[in-house]
Amino acid sequence: MLERGEVANSWRRERWDSLRLLTPNWQSRLPGHRYEGPDPDGYMTMGEVIEFIERFATVSRTPVRTGTNVRSVRRTDDGYRVTTSRGEIRCRAVVIASGACNQPTVPQFTDAVPASVVQLTPFDYHGPTNLPDGGVLVVGASATGVQLAAELKRSGRPVILSVGEHVRLPRLYRGRDVLWWMDASGVWNQRHDEVDDLTRARRLPSPQLVGTPERRTLDLNALAAMGVELVGRWAAVRDGRALFSGGLRNVFSLADLKMQRLLDTFDEWARAHGCDAEVDPPERFAPTHVPESARWQLDLRSGEIRTIVWATGLRPDYGWLDVPVVDAKGRLRHEGGVVDSPGLYALGLPVLRRRKSTFIHGIEDDAREVIDHLTRYLAVRHSLA
Amino acid sequence: MTTIDNGVNVQALLDAREALKGAPEAAQFTWRASSKWQNGVHSTTTIQNFFGLGQEQSHKSETVFTADHPEVFAAEDNGITPIEYLLVGLAACLTAGVASVAQNRGIQLRSVESTVEGNHDIRGILGADSDVRNGFNDIKVTFTIDADASPQDIEALVAQSQKRSAVFDALTNPTNVTVEVA
Ligand SMILES: Cc1cc2nc3c(=O)[nH]c(=O)nc-3n(C[C@H](O)[C@H](O)[C@H](O)COP(=O)(O)OP(=O)(O)OC[C@H]3O[C@@H](n4cnc5c(N)ncnc54)[C@H](O)[C@@H]3O)c2cc1C
Repeated sequence: MLERGEVANSWRRERWDSLRLLTPNWQSRLPGHRYEGPDPDGYMTMGEVIEFIERFATVSRTPVRTGTNVRSVRRTDDGYRVTTSRGEIRCRAVVIASGACNQPTVPQFTDAVPASVVQLTPFDYHGPTNLPDGGVLVVGASATGVQLAAELKRSGRPVILSVGEHVRLPRLYRGRDVLWWMDASGVWNQRHDEVDDLTRARRLPSPQLVGTPERRTLDLNALAAMGVELVGRWAAVRDGRALFSGGLRNVFSLADLKMQRLLDTFDEWARAHGCDAEVDPPERFAPTHVPESARWQLDLRSGEIRTIVWATGLRPDYGWLDVPVVDAKGRLRHEGGVVDSPGLYALGLPVLRRRKSTFIHGIEDDAREVIDHLTRYLAVRHSLA
Repeated sequence: MTTIDNGVNVQALLDAREALKGAPEAAQFTWRASSKWQNGVHSTTTIQNFFGLGQEQSHKSETVFTADHPEVFAAEDNGITPIEYLLVGLAACLTAGVASVAQNRGIQLRSVESTVEGNHDIRGILGADSDVRNGFNDIKVTFTIDADASPQDIEALVAQSQKRSAVFDALTNPTNVTVEVA
């Protein structure tokens, strides 16, 4: 197992200071390893996540070679040649577990933003103190965007949040963590070959959730109540002005409707499984409040905004993969983690085999099936040889 | 199960989606209109040909649109105001979207009606106040739909039709426009 940095590297190097997991402690499970502290319903801080994963690496005696950066993977006649910062390795099979979130994605028009405005991605962001004073425009309203908007607003800055399509969820539903429902009702276990539109499911943004000791909901209504100004999806820059879509109301409707449908699914499941008595009665949440008039342009040279935080998503980096298995959009071509090149496998990508595939606890089931395929592949190859 | 028929050939659309995934060039369309000044603020615009699927295409017949301005604008009112054509486009596009999405989701429609209102402060175009924009300040579309579906499913139809609407996008997002003299 090769790791360019240390064990739990992404949690050490690529997260902001205040981040906590959005999955509850009891849900952080790795094979034979689980949270055993006093607060199963709480959410781990980054320090706790690092410790949790480090402990797993030790207990499971995973042979991790740290400080080993993979620079290239090439096909050979009987497998792959892996070039690393510490020499070369030949092998018959490779599992790509390099993560789904190696680099920030930003829109093309970042170049057109005036130089007087500081631009940050979540990888550069540590906390409010390293930002200039003054207004902040946070772009993107998924988990990262809503969390950073809230934190920056609490630091006393005026915050504008640019909102495109998003996934709205309450933190608690009928008295339980909404992710308990995702788990218990089987939604998270839905398999890649059962999902209606797999391409869409794989592109689904992260839900508007935050892990806080108060277990509070951080949807757009909560942000608006804090004084965060909501504007539409950022569409273009023209003459130093940011132009936002006038379609804000519809992205609210889409997210409200999808949340409703999901909660209906939970209610049906609870009824069908006789769980109604164990949880609180069904609830419905107020629709996302549409501002009287959302502005559709903002003069970036006026000084109103000093910083832009691009919370517009993260993507994998396959710059080191010299096997033609990455499509024009930078996505790995695979079928449930079996990559389109013999002996090449992947784990930890969105809906790899299940809706839960990119969560810490979700990789275990995928790993078992992918490794099954891999061992069969090696056995067949072996008997042929 | 009874067959749902809203008169939309969804299968053809789904097939086209699959086919064009691998052929982005064929998906490039150019829509064209030719306009001619008549007199005063009255003009006629003709539409027949367009380009798409890699070749010249043609509507079954030519359509001529007359645009003018109403008498309160001191004009002859030979036809609707140009900005009203935007309302025509928006209503038609969202309605087509509702029908297609309904077909795809197996929802039988009985009637789909909508009203579109665009609020317009004409001080902008008159140059009476430089803080007022020329175009609509806002547009409101109200659908009344009778269908075999729950109110929530109907809301979802309308939301999805906006999500996939060309005209909704063209109106809510900026577009580069080049105007030249030939
Ligand atoms: C901001 C954020 C918050 C998240 N919150 C949660 C949460 O609350 N709960 C949850 O379950 N999941 C959460 N996730 C998802 C989380 O990333 C996954 O659950 C999990 O970390 C995926 O593990 P992984 O090992 O597949 O990928 P990663 O954790 O990304 O690990 C990949 C490793 O590969 C190494 N690597 C990459 N390229 C190379 C190379 N060329 N050579 C050598 N090594 C390389 C990296 O250094 C890294 O250590 C979050 C993700 C992000 C980005």
